Amino acid sequence: MGDRQNRTVSAVEVQDLTVAYREQPALWDVDLSVPPGVLLAIVGPNGAGKTTLLKAILGLLRPVAGQVLIFGQPVEQQRRRISYVPQRGSVDWDFPTSVLDVVMMGTYGELGWIRRPGRRERERALAALEQVGMRELSDRQISQLSGGQQQRVFLARALVQDAHIYLMDEPFQGVDALTERAIVTLLQQLRAQGKTVIAVHHDLQTVPEYFDWVMLLNVRRIACGPVAEVFNEHNLRLTYGGRFAMAAFAREVEEAAPAIVTPDRSRSGGGDHGTGAA
Amino acid sequence: MALALPDLALDYTLRTVALGAMLLGLSSGVVGTYAVLRRESLLGDAMSHAALPGIALAFLLTRSKETAVLLAGAVAAGWLGSLLVNAITRTTRVKLDSALGLILSVFFGFGLVLLTFIQKQPDASQAGLDRFLFGQAASLLRRDVMVMGIGTVAVLLAVLLLWKEFKLLVFDPDFARVLGLRVRLLEVILTSMIVLAIVVGLQTVGVVLMSAMVVAPAAAARQWTDRLGLMVLLSALFGVVAGMTGALVSSLTPRLPTGPTIVLVVSGLVLVSLLFAPNRGLVWNWARERARRGQVRAEGMLRQLAALAEHHGSLEHGHPSAVLRASGWSADQVVQVLHDLESAGYVRQVSADRWAITATGMARVRPATEGDDLSDGAGHPAASRPEGTGEGQS
Repeated sequence: MGDRQNRTVSAVEVQDLTVAYREQPALWDVDLSVPPGVLLAIVGPNGAGKTTLLKAILGLLRPVAGQVLIFGQPVEQQRRRISYVPQRGSVDWDFPTSVLDVVMMGTYGELGWIRRPGRRERERALAALEQVGMRELSDRQISQLSGGQQQRVFLARALVQDAHIYLMDEPFQGVDALTERAIVTLLQQLRAQGKTVIAVHHDLQTVPEYFDWVMLLNVRRIACGPVAEVFNEHNLRLTYGGRFAMAAFAREVEEAAPAIVTPDRSRSGGGDHGTGAA
Repeated sequence: MALALPDLALDYTLRTVALGAMLLGLSSGVVGTYAVLRRESLLGDAMSHAALPGIALAFLLTRSKETAVLLAGAVAAGWLGSLLVNAITRTTRVKLDSALGLILSVFFGFGLVLLTFIQKQPDASQAGLDRFLFGQAASLLRRDVMVMGIGTVAVLLAVLLLWKEFKLLVFDPDFARVLGLRVRLLEVILTSMIVLAIVVGLQTVGVVLMSAMVVAPAAAARQWTDRLGLMVLLSALFGVVAGMTGALVSSLTPRLPTGPTIVLVVSGLVLVSLLFAPNRGLVWNWARERARRGQVRAEGMLRQLAALAEHHGSLEHGHPSAVLRASGWSADQVVQVLHDLESAGYVRQVSADRWAITATGMARVRPATEGDDLSDGAGHPAASRPEGTGEGQS
């Protein structure tokens, strides 16, 4: 409520963003304004440009048009405040290194050229591993990790950065129940600390339970806002088009959403309700 | 004759050659680690071939056969080659492997044309440029080794200083960029290191075989360790050992070329590593697979015996090994497995060829509650241990 009146600067502001791969637009004229402290899910069908949007926000892609502002400034000047959890499959897990080593990579940015991580960085990495329940695996070779453990290593690496904005590419993709719960807890902790999280998400059913805001994307922005306001059948149909074969489910979500999101504001029982409905 | 101690002149040559070969192994071993982990092993191949026209042009322009001058040409051409590969993959739809092949053959072809042109020239000053084709370690001078040493030191220094940067660059370049690391610059430095390492070895091994020195030590090292630091050290060690061994062997054997001998030695190291390295080696895998199969067999046997004991309601009743045969098992295998199980205490030999499961074996196959069924039916004191049932209920 205070947010709207104060008009605080957006954590992430995307204006008229267009990204194309060889003439084919992956994102078309996308606007996005994410207030600080929000957990935002980006949903949309395959090829909708979800990952592309994340990468464009991170400055990993050069857009054809448009601009991205992080707390009102270009990404390049805000590197310290942004953290990234890429898709698990984006790296080679057979790389010869240990869990702790990967997590410590999160400190490389602040260390600057040449300086090596020392004891302090080590302690922080261990603390981050503790947070995701992986401390006892810190010495393990990364090729021996399960999918869920890999995901948690990446999350720990992002936590070490101690950023303000966390961009996550499908953090829940193919993880076990234990990891899913660990991630949800983590998201809530981040929200409690006032951090902003933007996550590409695939499971429509859990959107109202895990996130406050949702962006529906299919090359163009279909809708974006608090889950209670925009996560409805109409928008889902617009996003998924003919491929959206879960009309009945959408109605279910629509009914459940307000009940879940409203108490969420005062932060009580939001999670319980969601679990009950699932 | 081989025992005849090398005279002083030979000794000097040998020392120079051996030192040069070691430097070559050291620099390409270290750099190769990164090339292999980045899955860019072929970059080394393309760049070494691309170096040839650079050498020829350097000679044509300066008329100098000074190694430093020729190698400067090699560096420039290798660099240009990698730049073009990069440009091709980024601006066209041609994939990396095709781009590498393209640059390799175009540059190498051009280099051969220039080399032929130089050799056809009337003055005799041109002789010796073709040593860069297959390498000619014997032609190494102390001054050349100095040049190689400088290149090696530069490579080692870069790896030492930019250790964490290179590690992250290879593992997750996107994340490196998100952290604000200068990824483009790091890539340029890494490519320069590969070019440098290749140039260090050109005179000894030649453009054709040089890529083996980049790929092989690192590929062998990867087999033995799961730590990057150890992998770099091992790769360097393998390179040095191969270089030294190759130099020594070829010097002791008449008319054995040094470069190809070095490459053969390093290939031998790769072969041994692929076969025998713990965890990753083929032999290791095979043994592990075998052990696993044996375990599955033993489990199956134990389960059979447990079923028989339940059927007979007794742990005392022995069964001949012929009954226990399963599909695909020979009589010997069955007896072998039974003996293994006996030594583990799960099975006992009742009489000559009669076998029965023990209570321990039973507890293993049917943990907790299922053990009760047997004791109910059998009523044998041995089977119905009170602790056993109590455990099941608690």
